[in-house]
Amino acid sequence: MKVTYFPGCTLRTKAKDLDKYARKCAEILDVTLEEPDDWQCCGGVFTTSRDEIATKLSSVRALKAASDKNQPLVTVCSTCHNVIKQTNYAMQNDEEFSSRVNNYLSKEENYDGSAKVLHYLELLRDTVGFDKVKEKVVKPLEGKKIAAYYGCLLLRPGKVMQMDDPENPTIMEDLIRALGAEAVVTPYRNECCGSYISLENPESCTKRSTKITKNVETYGADMILTACPMCKYNLEKYGSGVPVVYLTELLAEAFGVKEDENAK
Amino acid sequence: MQNKNSSLRDEIIRISGTNPRKCMLCGKCSATCPAFDGMDYAPHQFVNMIENGNIEPLLNSKSIYQCLSCFACLERCPRTVEPAKLIEAVRLSVIRKQGANHLKPDNIPALLDEDLPQQAIVSAMRKYNK
Ligand code: SF4
Ligand code: SF4
Repeated sequence: MKVTYFPGCTLRTKAKDLDKYARKCAEILDVTLEEPDDWQCCGGVFTTSRDEIATKLSSVRALKAASDKNQPLVTVCSTCHNVIKQTNYAMQNDEEFSSRVNNYLSKEENYDGSAKVLHYLELLRDTVGFDKVKEKVVKPLEGKKIAAYYGCLLLRPGKVMQMDDPENPTIMEDLIRALGAEAVVTPYRNECCGSYISLENPESCTKRSTKITKNVETYGADMILTACPMCKYNLEKYGSGVPVVYLTELLAEAFGVKEDENAK
Repeated sequence: MQNKNSSLRDEIIRISGTNPRKCMLCGKCSATCPAFDGMDYAPHQFVNMIENGNIEPLLNSKSIYQCLSCFACLERCPRTVEPAKLIEAVRLSVIRKQGANHLKPDNIPALLDEDLPQQAIVSAMRKYNK
């Protein structure tokens, strides 16, 4: 099957592995990721104000590109996913907002809210199916104890994101189990790592991130799984030293296509 | 003064699309807020002060730059008041004024390290600047 794929700015630069292995693993699962040629950065974080139009246009254009091809729009980065999905929700449910957006755009660019936004995790669970993912595992991750870290943006606002129960999610744990590892469930998996505050207030970020990683250690996990470059950066830099891996890296490892770090 | 306050109040409520009157002051939003420690006004105070038109202190507060947009308060409020949207609206009413950008582009290079993801800079610019 073919889907429209929105990598986002960070996957092009600091989070190349998140992108590279998303593509490799999709191929193995018979999913073709088609990247629109002219996508623009989503803007980094959703602005809830209803009168902010200009900063949401790049999301609308990506949504429109997917809907023109009658494909779902697939994202990997939690932040892009949140921004694009919230924008889509506003286009579908806030008439004043959607008509202002469409007035701003040319007629050919007008967008009716019909695209479906899927996170890579949802692609695996709902489109491919975790059973099929499991079939493709050649190197089960036996003996690994992995704590899923959802952070804020994958799950909230629950009524908009609709990926999973925002307070008791299971999608990442189910993936970990499908890959043959042990899923360690920890209480702070959906609390914020500190996000972009690390730029201005590293102390606050250290407090947040250390609390999360220390807790993961207490629960006996040896690594943290994330979908978000921001979470990875904060938890690694400001946490207590627990390794953090991207979900697509873990998938690639289990599929036997992860490159040897030392050979790079 | 009364008029200025009430029109700002109406504007904040309009752009946030949420209704502070529904708040029952349970404090759950502030209890769950990861940025609470660094805030001079907590999320539940934003809700209450906006409802009462006491907005001036919020415009000058540190809190508007401490909020992480993590949406915990918005998710967990039992009355669907969605405090994060009100805080965002207050911040916007400050930074939309000319010359009121919180983060100056010139200051950014000093904040960078080689692993910092682009999205941190893009997000901060979106949250703090116009
Ligand atoms: S969105 Fe802002 S105010 Fe609300 S809980 Fe998160 S950091 Fe606190
Ligand atoms: S959680 Fe909701 S009802 Fe409770 S104090 Fe906060 S805004 Fe008010």
